[in-house]
Amino acid sequence: MNADGGHAVIDVTGLTKIFGRKTVVDHIDMRVNRGEIYGFLGPNGSGKTTFIRMLCGLLRPDDGHGTCLGFDVREQAELIKPHVGYMSQKFSLYEDMTVRENLDFIARMYAVADRAAGVARSIERMNLGRFRDQLAGTLSGGWKQRLALAACMIHQPSLLLLDEPTAGVDPMARRDFWDEVHKLAGEGITALISTHYMDEAERCHRLAYIAYGHLLATGTVGEIVSQEGLCTYEISGPDLYGFIDKLRGLPGVEQVVAFGVTLHVSGRDGDALAASLAPYGAAPLTLRRIPSNLEEVFISLMRKAVS
Amino acid sequence: MSGFLGFSPARFGAMVSKEFTQMRRDRVTFAMMVGIPLLQLILFGFAINSDPKQLPTAILDNDRSVFSRDMAAAMKNSDYFKFTKEISTEAEADELLRLGRIQFVLTIPQNFGRDLVRGVRPVALLEADATDPAATSNAVAAIRQAATDAFNRDLTGPLLPLRAKDGPVDLRLHARYNPEAVTQYNIVPGLMGVVLTMTLVIITSLAITRERERGTMENLLITPVRPTEVLLGKILPYIVVGYIQMGLIVVAARLLFAVPFVGSLPLLFLVSFPFIAANLGVGITFSTIAQNQLQAVQMSFFFFLPSILLSGFMFPFQGMPQWAQWLGSALPLTHYLRVVRGIVLKGNTFVDIVPHMWPIGLFLLVSVGVGIKRYRQTLD
Ligand SMILES: Nc1ncnc2c1ncn2[C@@H]1O[C@H](COP(=O)(O)OP(=O)(O)O)[C@@H](O)[C@H]1O
Ligand SMILES: [Mg+2]
Repeated sequence: MNADGGHAVIDVTGLTKIFGRKTVVDHIDMRVNRGEIYGFLGPNGSGKTTFIRMLCGLLRPDDGHGTCLGFDVREQAELIKPHVGYMSQKFSLYEDMTVRENLDFIARMYAVADRAAGVARSIERMNLGRFRDQLAGTLSGGWKQRLALAACMIHQPSLLLLDEPTAGVDPMARRDFWDEVHKLAGEGITALISTHYMDEAERCHRLAYIAYGHLLATGTVGEIVSQEGLCTYEISGPDLYGFIDKLRGLPGVEQVVAFGVTLHVSGRDGDALAASLAPYGAAPLTLRRIPSNLEEVFISLMRKAVS
Repeated sequence: MSGFLGFSPARFGAMVSKEFTQMRRDRVTFAMMVGIPLLQLILFGFAINSDPKQLPTAILDNDRSVFSRDMAAAMKNSDYFKFTKEISTEAEADELLRLGRIQFVLTIPQNFGRDLVRGVRPVALLEADATDPAATSNAVAAIRQAATDAFNRDLTGPLLPLRAKDGPVDLRLHARYNPEAVTQYNIVPGLMGVVLTMTLVIITSLAITRERERGTMENLLITPVRPTEVLLGKILPYIVVGYIQMGLIVVAARLLFAVPFVGSLPLLFLVSFPFIAANLGVGITFSTIAQNQLQAVQMSFFFFLPSILLSGFMFPFQGMPQWAQWLGSALPLTHYLRVVRGIVLKGNTFVDIVPHMWPIGLFLLVSVGVGIKRYRQTLD
């Protein structure tokens, strides 16, 4: 087996991490295929960072087994590392070194061939040219993010593990970033990306949703939405805010969310929900069934996990 | 997959140059590394140059002749002695010395004057509390001159022939409480070892702790870098710093304090290598244990204090109790002090200092070995 051997780039079973007496990642399975963009979602503290760190050898799993790029995640971390581009959630390059010095250091660590050209190329690709000789610590959040991204791709890895790579980045830059990721996927590079943004989740080929260390759902956006079987209605009309508390107490209603001038009301028991909402279809209100969105599905999943 | 297998000179080189870059940016620390040796040297230098006078002295005059009074007067005139006490028994003298009330006791035997006139060279005994040799050495030098001058004035006419070449009085000096009789030149070469121990251990103890605290360890660990590359890459730049410090001290020792260099300077620099590296190894080991930078500094002081107290720098090694000597022998500074003093002051050659080199080498292996063993390749 080599770095690109087999179909699954990530294939792990029962991965578990325990900090002290707290099981932070609880027997999670994951399979990610080559060239796939895999979204990793879940509330804060649910174990995403911990899971990603176990994949690339930064943390030792307490239980479970599997492979990453065909190498054993427990025993062969040294063989996995050269082919992985990992971007940590927290900026972890050297703030007292310049953009170029940081990239050059990383390139040397990975023995990048023709280093100067490689560094120049990645500076260019991430538009970092005008900050080339600026200390990394003095960059603003979004530019730090770009620098980190440049650093994790400089050695042309075949697997990207990106931990909230677009947190705090403006929409334009996020769009650029995702275009880049899709381009790389087209070249056969695999990416596991954790995020809190729903629009980003929708740009992934497949998703995994975890909460409190447990894997709650996997699949494409469509699969996850339909698996949950959540019904959602939209109510529109004047003075809707007065209804919110009333709606929350009705049978079958699980979520009520204000969306601009409309309310989205969701529940898994479609019949009960339809019965409860029937009175809200009368003028001046209008009531219509809409497809549930991902956020509603995730919140529903999380509530289920809590109870 | 760790240890010395797969050591990559390229990655090691990258670590080294990264450390130098960061060192260059951290002006304050760099200034401290250069400033501390000079500061210490100058502070200790004042102590060395101090020339205390009017030291409290007791006299036990068993003769009470013209000559004994002349002797006392001459000492007083030298300005180094102040007779604070006239005593009559030796027990009293011991007591005063022991309690530190007086620095010297001058004992003049019976028939001192008679013997002097007869040309027998009577013995006068000066007992000194030499706990602090810097305080007494000048005074001791002064008394010989004073005694000679005093009696040369008395011994005129028929007594002229008594001005013997080695003086009319046999002045015996008895240094109490300090068998090793450390001289001022002992301190400056010793300071070299002290400065290296202090600054290098602290600096490297921060090396890995800082990476952990700033979160940069995560990015370092994800690269294919090996523990030995990280640890040696962090040690090497500070070896250079250590040599810069040594150079500064050597120059200052010559220019400011005119310390004589009897032995070979290149030999000194050569044999300092394992000592510098051993201290860096200690620092690196601390930095793999400490949770944060404050702890790292505390650990460094924990190492530094016994080093300075038990190595023979502060107190004469032979004068320490056995248990302290055992502890002291486990510290690299103890052996290094002997090496430095041996080379600088006594002109020791390599063969002479080999017995002190192997403990340093052993310490180096253990400290770097523990550092590598303790170094974690994961964030656990
Ligand atoms: N090194 C650690 N020691 C102890 N607890 C930790 C450690 N790292 C993370 N945790 C805990 O594990 C849980 C999951 O954290 P994390 O993996 O960062 O979640 P996420 O990335 O999904 O926000 C959190 O409750 C966090 O406090
Ligand atoms: Mg996280």
